[in-house]
Amino acid sequence: MEDSPLVQIKGIRDGLLVTLGQAPWPDLLTALLARIERQPDFFRGAHLALDVGSCALHVQELAALRDQLSERGISLWAVLSESPLTETTAQNLGLATRLSKPRPPQVPETSEKIPAEAAKWVRGPLRSGTKIVHEGPVVVFGDVNPGAEIVAGGSIIIWGRLRGVVHAGAGGDESAIVCALELSPTQLRIAGEIAISPRKPAKNQPEVARLANGHLIAEPWQKQ
Amino acid sequence: MAAQVVTISSGKGGVGKTTSVANIAVALASRGQRVACIDGDIGLRNLDVVMGLENRIVYDLVDYVEGRCRLRQVMIRDKRLPELYLIPAAQTRDKTAVSPSDMVRLCDELRSEVDWILIDSPAGIERGFKNAVAPADRVLVVTNPDVSAVRDADRVIGILDAEEKGPASLVINRVNPSMVKRGDMLSVDDVLDLLAIDLIGIVPEDENVIVASNKGQPLALDPKSKAGQAFQNIARRLMGEDVPFLELETPGLFQRLLGRKQR
Repeated sequence: MEDSPLVQIKGIRDGLLVTLGQAPWPDLLTALLARIERQPDFFRGAHLALDVGSCALHVQELAALRDQLSERGISLWAVLSESPLTETTAQNLGLATRLSKPRPPQVPETSEKIPAEAAKWVRGPLRSGTKIVHEGPVVVFGDVNPGAEIVAGGSIIIWGRLRGVVHAGAGGDESAIVCALELSPTQLRIAGEIAISPRKPAKNQPEVARLANGHLIAEPWQKQ
Repeated sequence: MAAQVVTISSGKGGVGKTTSVANIAVALASRGQRVACIDGDIGLRNLDVVMGLENRIVYDLVDYVEGRCRLRQVMIRDKRLPELYLIPAAQTRDKTAVSPSDMVRLCDELRSEVDWILIDSPAGIERGFKNAVAPADRVLVVTNPDVSAVRDADRVIGILDAEEKGPASLVINRVNPSMVKRGDMLSVDDVLDLLAIDLIGIVPEDENVIVASNKGQPLALDPKSKAGQAFQNIARRLMGEDVPFLELETPGLFQRLLGRKQR
């Protein structure tokens, strides 16, 4: 049998990158497993990243695949996809969704206005180990627990308690703000500035953090 | 009636998973239930020690999975209670000796034999944890009232949600009321506030737990022990009874909690 055009394999720095073609998921899965069956020794112990293209995958499908791979001695560590559903699924399962994360440039760039509709909406609670990365603003409905992390290109708005790590304006936007009903982050960053929560216990009121003259300040939110 | 599979997990090690499994199993069995517990901690087994059955092991979980024995041969009958069984882990292998689908197959075969299957998950969120959670109908997350245990529990609860095994129920173990009163320990309220899941048990700190574990005699059989009583209550709640939470020495705090649960 010829190499299936549905399954392309490439060696990369972090292990193997398998790129799947355009086909319904069951066909892709069959093709992938068949490919592995032909050279089980080659794949055993492999550190595998999978590019599923635009395929939209639910938790059960991805978890089943991970288990099937793991039974063959292959550890799946990353799933790349153009589908936001698949990306979210992969993140929920603790898989990486990009090969190597380029650090966001720390040099402040000219702040580009990001259109409001590019905001990402997340329902909480964000539990320890969850990481949300988004180019625009992020809105969370619920708590952000210690151990959770949000990196946003724009502002971060949390309708709940913030106790994790947040980085607003990660692309260098110094006008980004962070606000939460209770602002007691493990660490808070805006653009290139980093601060830790000085107060304990937190004030029981909504607060806004922003950059003023290069310093991070947090102040109670009041009707303007 | 087919058995319910309950996995006991925590993320962090040393919070009392194995103790909880042994005590809840004994408590269920003392109420006439047929119970099998599976030690999921392959390579670091100790549920057998806590249950006082280590000298009876002939076959283990890996022997069963690899086809060297039948199901009945791997089930060790408890010496005190007639319908309590232990399926021990292998001590000489590691977690990769068993796959999630092996665990599902084992539990499917066990379901017709017993009423409850309790699985003791190893610490961590890797292969052993995935094995333990794969067959679960329900997961109990054990935590202690300290910041690092709660953080790990939070992570595990998130993973369980992602794997569609949630919502998990919470057991808060080793609560020391006088430390809570002094403000040196997180209160039950603090823990619940952060984790935001249902509570199924509050177990007070009790030195006798260690003594009992060393002797291989789970405390749930001792009617005088507060911790044992707390485990009995967890068993009753699993069986669907509505049991109020134990009052520890600082009633104000726990009464507030009771008020909250009764809402």
